[in-house]
Amino acid sequence: MQRIGVFVCWCGSNIAATVDVEAVSQALAKEPGVVFSTNYQYMCSQTGQDMIQSKIHEYNLSAVVICSCSPRMHEATFRRTCEKAGLNPYMVEIANIREQCSWIHKDRAEATEKAVILGRAAIAKVQLNAPLTAGTSPVTKRALVIGGGIAGIQTALDIADAGFEVDIVEKEPTIGGKMTQIDKTFPTLDCAACILTPKMVDCAQNEKITIYAYSEVEAVSGFVGSFRVKIRRKARYVKEDVCTGCGLCTEKCPQKKVPNAFNLGLDTRRAIYIPFAQAVPKVATIDADYCTMLRTGKCGVCSKVCEAGAIDYKQKDEVIEREYGAIVAATGYNPISLAQFDEFAYSQSPDVVSSLEFERLMNAAGPTGGTLLRPSDGTHPKTIVFVQCVGSRCDGAEKGKPYCSKICCMYTAKHAMLCREKYPDTDVYVFYIDVRTPGKNFDEFYRRAVEEYGVHYIKGMVGKVVPENGKLKVRASDLLDGRQLHIDADMVVLAAAIEPDKSARPLATMLTASMDTNDFFTEAHPKLRPVESPTAGIFLSGACQGPKDIPETVAQAGAAASKVIGLLSKDQLTCNPCVAAPNEMMCNGCSSCEKVCPYGAITYVDKEFRGPNRTTLIRRVAQVNPAVCQGCGACTVACPSGAMDLKGFSNRQIMAEVDAICL
Amino acid sequence: MSVNESFRPTIVAFCCNWCSYAGADLSGTNRLNYPANVKIIRIPCSCRLNPMFILRAFQRGADGVILCGCHPGDCHYTTGNYYARRRMTLLFSMLDYLGVERERTRVEWVSAAEGAKFAATMNEFVETVTKLGKNRRLEDLRCSK
Amino acid sequence: MLQVKAIELLESGAVDRVLGWKKGDFFYDLTPAVFESADEVRREFAYGPFAGANLSKYLIAESRRGGKVGVFLKPCDTYSLVQLLKEHRVLRENVYVVGVQCEGMCDIEKIRDAGCAGVTAVEEDGDRLKVATLYGERTVDRRDVLLEKCAACKSRKLVIYDELIGEQGDVIDSNRFDKVAALEAMTPEQRYEFWRGELSRCIRCNACRNVCPACSCEKCVFDNPDSGVRNKAAADSFEENMFHIIRAFHVASRCTDCGECSRVCPQHIPLHLLNRKFIKDINELYGEYQAGADFDSRPPLMDFTQGDCEPSIVYQRGGAKA
Repeated sequence: MQRIGVFVCWCGSNIAATVDVEAVSQALAKEPGVVFSTNYQYMCSQTGQDMIQSKIHEYNLSAVVICSCSPRMHEATFRRTCEKAGLNPYMVEIANIREQCSWIHKDRAEATEKAVILGRAAIAKVQLNAPLTAGTSPVTKRALVIGGGIAGIQTALDIADAGFEVDIVEKEPTIGGKMTQIDKTFPTLDCAACILTPKMVDCAQNEKITIYAYSEVEAVSGFVGSFRVKIRRKARYVKEDVCTGCGLCTEKCPQKKVPNAFNLGLDTRRAIYIPFAQAVPKVATIDADYCTMLRTGKCGVCSKVCEAGAIDYKQKDEVIEREYGAIVAATGYNPISLAQFDEFAYSQSPDVVSSLEFERLMNAAGPTGGTLLRPSDGTHPKTIVFVQCVGSRCDGAEKGKPYCSKICCMYTAKHAMLCREKYPDTDVYVFYIDVRTPGKNFDEFYRRAVEEYGVHYIKGMVGKVVPENGKLKVRASDLLDGRQLHIDADMVVLAAAIEPDKSARPLATMLTASMDTNDFFTEAHPKLRPVESPTAGIFLSGACQGPKDIPETVAQAGAAASKVIGLLSKDQLTCNPCVAAPNEMMCNGCSSCEKVCPYGAITYVDKEFRGPNRTTLIRRVAQVNPAVCQGCGACTVACPSGAMDLKGFSNRQIMAEVDAICL
Repeated sequence: MSVNESFRPTIVAFCCNWCSYAGADLSGTNRLNYPANVKIIRIPCSCRLNPMFILRAFQRGADGVILCGCHPGDCHYTTGNYYARRRMTLLFSMLDYLGVERERTRVEWVSAAEGAKFAATMNEFVETVTKLGKNRRLEDLRCSK
Repeated sequence: MLQVKAIELLESGAVDRVLGWKKGDFFYDLTPAVFESADEVRREFAYGPFAGANLSKYLIAESRRGGKVGVFLKPCDTYSLVQLLKEHRVLRENVYVVGVQCEGMCDIEKIRDAGCAGVTAVEEDGDRLKVATLYGERTVDRRDVLLEKCAACKSRKLVIYDELIGEQGDVIDSNRFDKVAALEAMTPEQRYEFWRGELSRCIRCNACRNVCPACSCEKCVFDNPDSGVRNKAAADSFEENMFHIIRAFHVASRCTDCGECSRVCPQHIPLHLLNRKFIKDINELYGEYQAGADFDSRPPLMDFTQGDCEPSIVYQRGGAKA
């Protein structure tokens, strides 16, 4: 039997006006185990807390019940108070007689009666409380960033800057991501490569950063502070540490007809390639799907021309295993496939291009050397139509995405402006549903496109694009003027919606991180914890969490880095002591609990037990890792034998509360 | 069963700590009334609710039991309420099968921001259970009368 | 034939023990038994139309005793074994399964109800049974005197075996949910009356729990002092109901519907109707699921989809309202 002290708070008049606090403290004094009961004006005040502490000593209390405001308000306060007086902080229970009693009920007798019952339930529960001690777990002081786009790069640089080791895993042969393919950036129109490539070089040169390019995360185990990650380093067939990046092989390779993925298939490259001049690491990669040597065993030109001797046709994928304290998902986005939007003739005419393809056509390092030419016949387009929201904001539709892709309004304004600046003789039309330009200097930028550069912005949707005699017949409606438009365009640019990279979903499963229905990672709290996943130790950076432009991505990358730094700067993590624990004597080893655990906190071991007649029995029993368990209790209900119980919310404790309430 | 004017049912409300308990607090902060016969028990997650607790409540004389948790998809523990949803669906169906009026059990998803919904839900639930009257179900024939 | 196989297995040393049936106090109560030698088998092994007992549960202990154990399993029993293997309760490597095709096991009470008093022996004769009684020989149609669980047989397929006696069969379209559907169609008042009548006969002998392959916990919650529901006998008018509901819930989505609970109930409470209610609901709400049918599926109560129905579906579904 505990020696319980009951402290009833008036909360000024918040409680005392509706609840007869004196009557409550007197009624609760009669409960079994209660050795002291009182009431006071402000229990959370210094005087109130001092009183609690002195009564703990005076009455040698082993447990405390405080009838006051919601435990969400002051549970932590009162736990600290009692801890200072030498009591285990988990020997405190709160009866919520303010938010869930005095503030709701008007009738004083009724409210007082309810307050007594709530107090009784808290007393019944605290009788069964056991002192709990928060465990600790060590922190591996190394972070993993998955994805080497601008989000991953910035996160890694910021973490490294704070002095922690950080690894970047990037599935492509080079880091840099989507930003490498972009020509200019809004709203300042500085060149993307000029601001990105120095950061890529910083990554390569930073001693704290290790880049695993052309690699993928294969398996993740462990938990916050000590994750174990298996990384598959895909075979490049080129020794990364030997290759000098001279590029001779990429000039001599006889296989010239490989679609160039970096230019989105608008031109071709060789079977051995370096994606672009500023690639990091600057190492050649053999495309096994096209390499004649790897396919037929005959060729070997690259190996012959390579003076460094870096070519290795026998190279195999290698799986390495590393330990990390924190993981950042920065898997980014892709434009959606436009195959479903045939009304815009994307698959019928090469002159209907996506916005990202348009970036390449405008880029000095692109297939046309920066001169805007039609892919079909290499002529200058004179009339260009931009279509916004292709696949964005398609709520309820069978194709497309329900959300706004956020970046399209701005980059389309940028494209339109660049066209008019470089080629003043072109007519540029932009069809839009709404123009959304919130952001610093964003609306000014859009207005400049309209007012200074004379871009024709038309509210309305394009209904159909029909290729005819080398022209693109665009049929559209002007909603403001209420008329149908027919434009003979030379080029149509579609602002495709963006979606999370396909690798994100399997990665989320490995990380036990949650995702929304659109496969964007879910943040722990949409407003207050935007860069953390609900799974401890997993952080989110960039467009994998939702559509974002570059400044926003960089800001979020920095925020994710600061959260990682906060975690890695700790030597030990304190765990929540209210976790599940099995009674091994009753455990069936049936795996029911393991199946419902969202954190993978439950494992099984074969243990020796004493059997009848001095025999020993080997039984499979569950083990809970208290550092991983978050204390949801799903396992306790899945367990048929009741072997699994939750500390702080045990079966008997909840049952005692039920009994006290239903009395 | 006749409606007894003076009958005040005993209602046990299990609320998950992260959403519904906070929602209940919010209805207090906003001074939204609901009857005093609703008593709340805080559990970490709706998936902590063991059917044994519900049966125990009925055994000890509760007239109605309600579980409130985060909306599906919003669980603090990611998946807890999905399991709770299946468990409660099957359990309530079973209780209904055994002759306990199905209106005596209920699950409602209440977020931390839905103080008004919490109060409205409780008012409605108390009204429903009051109409049903005292829960005399599931008692043993040999012990009655 | 089974006896010959048991002797062969033991004499060849293929197994160290055989789990089978032997005669109980009466010829019609065949009891599960472990045979350690061929002689024992010759002396006591029995099989026939009363071998209803499902032997799979005994493998939990027998497979851990060291050595190899041979076991005879009828189609429905094989589902129980697969479920137990899925739950890591039986060590597969120590078990040799002899699958036995089955024509349905018989209920002595139904034979008596068919007008056979003073039964002294029963012999199989194709689709019919020759019943020897104190008053001469009778014959009954086997189909008319099947155990409830066999009359509603769901499958003649053996889902696991090392060796098969008889032929492999198929899953059967059974009418096993008819009675559940009939109950669902009643008013709550009628259902309440039905179940109050049935469950009030419970003497809490725990036979249902002890025979159930899914109820194989190391320690039952009702014996566990930390569960908050421990009781050895009913303390109030509610306990039996609580026991049966919790029991049904604990086996829900793991129960293979082997029907043993009802077969062994000395009070003839149709306990299988509780389990079948869960199975029927699971099939209707979450898709067809047969526990023990395979090794890979996830039990529906340990699974979910984001689009699952809400518990309020109970208010809308069939059956009369209050």
